Amino acid sequence: MFEQQLFNGLTLGLIYALIAVGYTMVYGVIELINFAHGEVYMFGAFLCVTIINSLGVPLFPAMVLAMGLCALMGVSIDHIAYKPLRKAPRLAALITAIGVSIFLQNIAMIIWGSRPVPFTRSAVPAAFSEQAFALGSVSVSGLQLFIYLFTTAMMIGLTLIINKTKVGTAMRALAQNATAAALMGINVNRVIAFTFALGSSLGAAAGILVAMYYNTMSATMGYNAGVKAFAAAVLGGIGSVPGAMLGGVVLGVAETLGAGYVSSQYRDGLGYAVMIAVILLRPSGLLGKSVGQKA
Amino acid sequence: MLSMTDIHTYYGSIHALKGVTLTVNQGEIVTLIGANGAGKTTSLMSVSGVTQPKQGKIVFLGEDITKMTTEKIVAKGITQVPEGRMIFPRLTVRENLLMGAYLRNDKDGVKADEEKVYELFPKMRERMKQHGGTLSGGEQQMLAIGRALMARPKLLLLDEPSLGLAPIVVENIFEIIQRINREGTTILLVEQNAQMALHIAHRGYVLETGAVTLEGPAKDLLENPKVRSAYLGLD
Ligand SMILES: Nc1ncnc2c1ncn2[C@@H]1O[C@H](COP(=O)(O)OP(=O)(O)O)[C@@H](O)[C@H]1O
Ligand SMILES: [Mg+2]
Repeated sequence: MFEQQLFNGLTLGLIYALIAVGYTMVYGVIELINFAHGEVYMFGAFLCVTIINSLGVPLFPAMVLAMGLCALMGVSIDHIAYKPLRKAPRLAALITAIGVSIFLQNIAMIIWGSRPVPFTRSAVPAAFSEQAFALGSVSVSGLQLFIYLFTTAMMIGLTLIINKTKVGTAMRALAQNATAAALMGINVNRVIAFTFALGSSLGAAAGILVAMYYNTMSATMGYNAGVKAFAAAVLGGIGSVPGAMLGGVVLGVAETLGAGYVSSQYRDGLGYAVMIAVILLRPSGLLGKSVGQKA
Repeated sequence: MLSMTDIHTYYGSIHALKGVTLTVNQGEIVTLIGANGAGKTTSLMSVSGVTQPKQGKIVFLGEDITKMTTEKIVAKGITQVPEGRMIFPRLTVRENLLMGAYLRNDKDGVKADEEKVYELFPKMRERMKQHGGTLSGGEQQMLAIGRALMARPKLLLLDEPSLGLAPIVVENIFEIIQRINREGTTILLVEQNAQMALHIAHRGYVLETGAVTLEGPAKDLLENPKVRSAYLGLD
């Protein structure tokens, strides 16, 4: 029982982590909590299913296509809504982000309706719903295994981009000192756009995985997941990418164990309780820089 | 090489530069001295395109750069070592240097220039893998200068490189600035330490509340009674 919950929690946690890195990267470069990130995640799921259903594209190419479209969407959101507010007070951009989030939710309702929609079963490989392996009493499905492998590959890829490439180094430089980054000739807006593209495509992937995992999606699904992933980013230390990964996993596991052992009614509350406890003990989050030091 | 003509720059309603005019000729070290708040940093930021002037013209190598983006200005050959050094604290020394070469694609040239920086500042080679934030103040200043050199600038803007450093470290930094100049880089040096700056500069400008009030060969300024009493604390 415990072990099974742990593996289920890990599935959820890795997905939270995939969303949380998007929050934390954007926060790192422009100090904005991008509330619209949850909606990009939701669009990922809907776009993927729409591509499968109306164009007959198989699952994996559809997934890649949806991730690409969401990357474009993230870049557009930044360009249209946030970029004009770069020098405005922080609160203006924050309120705009909430506005964008509500706007996108409503657009989704107009396009796909306000009722939950199932994932296209026929597009999902049969192996995903079968047991992939068993460890004692623990049973892991093909989809769970896929989620473990896929999210891990994405995290490794992301870590390599951030730490080993020129544009990744520029992202870190920008997060540490925007004026100095500009003085190096770094095109700051282009690096910010790249950050949105990366975060949004990972968020979209998470949306697709969740929709497959629970076999349902809705126009409002981004709200809850967005808040959870944001909590995960804060838990890990906002601005820290490894922190967001760890925060996501901790939150997912805590929530699932809580739901299993205490009550599933308190599932969300337990996740937040863990976050609050960590923040009280370590205000900068698990892997965050100490408070007072700028991101 | 560089000319600023009647530059007016604002921060919101604050009129920080009220018609700054100065020129820097190829091969020179020109210093801009003045009290805290006179507008020295704003002058350099206006050249770098970080704060856009509302009025006036900045020409570099015959080209109007007044409205260019910082990216273009750096690409044209003007690099700034900002006040307070502004190194990237959680990038390694080497990553800091490579960010200085951000716009360059000539891998071999970048490699060669990295080697030159290590020759100029042997400490940087030793600390290559350390985070910039772990360096001492003087080392951070060296890193900031090295990082700027990685862009292979034609004109180097230096904003108070002596700020907060021990006298012996300042001497060392100023020697290096002279060496960089001898090796062919033109320098515009902003300083509150007027004594040191005027000793290594060819010419100087005195900035007061956003406008140039005195200018001339550095030797003359060193003997100017006004400069001696207001900026050198002499007579
Ligand atoms: N970011 C800013 N916002 C508002 N006012 C500023 C800002 N930066 C500088 N100033 C003002 O502009 C004037 C010139 O400042 P600065 O260029 O930093 O002078 P200096 O470098 O000579 O000390 C000062 O009056 C200063 O208060
Ligand atoms: Mg200054």
